[in-house]
Amino acid sequence: MQKSTTLPPAPKKTRGESTLAVHAGEDRQKLGDSITDPIICAATFTFESTQAVVDFIEQKQPREEYGRYGNPGEKVIERKLAELENGEQALLYSSGMAAIVGLFMSKLNAGDEVVFFDECYHRSREFCKKHLSRFGVTTRQVKTGDYAAMEAAVNDHTKLLVSESPTNPHLSIVDLDRFAEIGRRTGVETLIDATLATPFNVRPLDHGVDYVLHSATKYLAGHNDVLAGALIGDNEKLEPVRALRGVMGAVNSPHNIYLLERGLKTFGIRMQRQNENGQAVAEFLDGHSRIERVYYPGLESHPYHQVAKETMRGFGGLVTFLVKDADWRETGKIVDSVKIPRIAPSLGGVESLIEQPLVMSYYECTPEERRQFGIPDNMIRMSCGIEDKEDLIEDLQQALDA
Amino acid sequence: MKFRTRSIHVGNPCDPATGAVVPPIHVASTYVQHAAGEWREFDYGRSGNPTRKALEQTIASLENGRHALAFATGMAATHCVTMLLQQGDHLVAGADIYGGTYRLLHKILNRSGVHVTLANSRDPEELEQALRPETRLVWLESPGNPLMSITDLAACVDVAKRHGVMTAVDNTFATPVLTRPLDLGVDIVMHSATKYLGGHSDVLGGVLVVNQDDLYDRLYFAQNATGAVLGPFDAFLVARGLKTLAIRVLEQCRSAAKVAEFLAADRRVTRVLYPGLPTHPGHEIAARQMDGGFGAMLSFEVAGDFEKAKRVVQATELFQLAVSLGAVESLIEQPASMSHASYDAADRQRHGIGDGLIRISVGLEDVDDLIRDLDQALDA
Ligand SMILES: Cc1ncc(COP(=O)(O)O)c(C=O)c1O
Ligand SMILES: Cc1ncc(COP(=O)(O)O)c(C=O)c1O
Repeated sequence: MQKSTTLPPAPKKTRGESTLAVHAGEDRQKLGDSITDPIICAATFTFESTQAVVDFIEQKQPREEYGRYGNPGEKVIERKLAELENGEQALLYSSGMAAIVGLFMSKLNAGDEVVFFDECYHRSREFCKKHLSRFGVTTRQVKTGDYAAMEAAVNDHTKLLVSESPTNPHLSIVDLDRFAEIGRRTGVETLIDATLATPFNVRPLDHGVDYVLHSATKYLAGHNDVLAGALIGDNEKLEPVRALRGVMGAVNSPHNIYLLERGLKTFGIRMQRQNENGQAVAEFLDGHSRIERVYYPGLESHPYHQVAKETMRGFGGLVTFLVKDADWRETGKIVDSVKIPRIAPSLGGVESLIEQPLVMSYYECTPEERRQFGIPDNMIRMSCGIEDKEDLIEDLQQALDA
Repeated sequence: MKFRTRSIHVGNPCDPATGAVVPPIHVASTYVQHAAGEWREFDYGRSGNPTRKALEQTIASLENGRHALAFATGMAATHCVTMLLQQGDHLVAGADIYGGTYRLLHKILNRSGVHVTLANSRDPEELEQALRPETRLVWLESPGNPLMSITDLAACVDVAKRHGVMTAVDNTFATPVLTRPLDLGVDIVMHSATKYLGGHSDVLGGVLVVNQDDLYDRLYFAQNATGAVLGPFDAFLVARGLKTLAIRVLEQCRSAAKVAEFLAADRRVTRVLYPGLPTHPGHEIAARQMDGGFGAMLSFEVAGDFEKAKRVVQATELFQLAVSLGAVESLIEQPASMSHASYDAADRQRHGIGDGLIRISVGLEDVDDLIRDLDQALDA
């Protein structure tokens, strides 16, 4: 008897970002007069009487019903994320992948097509190519940043245009106005995976994009201790997606939701530091004799520097670089010599992480496939946390000099 | 390693069993031993817990100390220090101390036959005059609460050392980001971890940090014997809070300085107590003793009486009416009716805690939003 409760539209942004991060979406006077939101673990919610059930079904009274359809803590986070992204509503999921899958499953039917920029998170492209293909959905890919090719790939069956910005690990930046414009002109909805950007650095909805996706596991939660995903967009467009989430069940847990809410409180100051650390580390590497190339949108040498500068407030904590004249084992030695960043996949948390994409994500690919994906053997990706930047630079220095 | 890096990495080793970047939360109350009478590192949760120990390592590192102990609350930590004393001993405390500490010293500790004198620690000479042959402990707080009075910790340590008296500092307001009392020769640092260390208004906790091994052993013995230890979930939350401690505190200090300037220039405000203002009597000492900011707590007086101050604290839209402090949310309160209600009225008057006094804890919100909020509330 699921009844989706339509959320009121998020008020337009009037407060500063840090104020929103701390307060947005929360009731001022909370349950039990607590200053923080309670962790409501209930799997189900009780009704006072039969009449109360009837009132609920007739939508006279918005309230919770069963944990898979919604939780009060989840609603708080959804309102907070909606306000931060300047969207009408947000939907929280158990992971970023669950959010992507939730949207695709809701929007795509047999015979439909989806077009990706090819630097999109490989697991979301893989989901379309390997799994949605079984249900008759066709996936097309065009080169990232080739807007003409994207438009040319659209036909009567196309339902969704998808990109990430910045992309991972190349940190290419999509011109969101152009991307959204293609969608509007062709009547196709657009999705931006803005995990690496975060609403601190750019708000894709303000550029006319239809859906924003986050792996909230990364910067939003920010402490490498929560998995979460989110979609943000219009009420009307997300209502069917919300209904499907209740059926498919990839909802987040109340404990995680609390940690995410707590993590979001420091979102603004964490992002400032991570932008600063990313820029400092990129500049240091750029000037180091053992480095062949640095990918960072904040460097003038980056092919997308101009559009990044015009549309983004900062460029995040992720820095990708190539080691000069190193094979994959020599590159691995540098990864092994750093002392502060830990070797791990993922990004965006307070602790710095480092990895070699060839080893971490593309080990099973053939060299030809890796060439196609643009993953050279000597590539290293570092996610700068919020440590002191001098420590991170000193650490990289000793690892490169080793 | 620098401060921020240590707050993230010291005491946070990757879990060797799983590689987890964030150490697991150990909830066990007891630990299985290999053989009878052969104790492993952990035996029983009150005596030690890996999650609590990791947090203690992080805090010890941030305070430049060798040892730390984590307690259920700040008061439990303070109480543990007082258990070093015995009947007939004398304790001297700075005047502008937390109301709960005042209560513990005057209404609980006195029952054990320990005598307590409050002294104006802003003046090391007055402090010295309060010392007696049987004085065993000097308890200080800087900035003090709620008047933000500044005590010159190094000068007071000098006095105490000359008389062979141990010193303890409640460093809750300054945090190790700004002041590290052990570096100034203090023997024991105490924190209400409920405040900046946890930082998110969702944990109660306390800590003690020391350098001397024998002092640690005595405090550990008292903690283990009396049992007010910090639970593992809360230890995890404090450790998580510490990772953003430096960026939170520095940002909050920057905002507090702007709020203080705004209030100081406003005609509806008669007095602003913030160590960062050059007019504050402790400004020079604070500039020496506090590194990178003057704290994010400040008090001010409004023109008018008790009722006026009451209306102001009830009229804010962002600042929330609550005691406690140091978290991401900005809070406001009236010490006379709230945080310092446990002082006797006469002591309150004597120490300058007037009815028109308002104390605020500046949080992480955008400072322009906070100033706008105070501006409208001052008309209440
Ligand atoms: C850009 C991007 N999108 C989506 C995901 C998937 O998110 P999650 O790991 O939370 O499922 C990730 C991370 O793995 C990512 O980096
Ligand atoms: C300066 C100071 N010291 C000690 C305490 C007591 O700490 P707790 O409330 O954690 O017991 C407090 C808080 O109330 C405080 O503000």
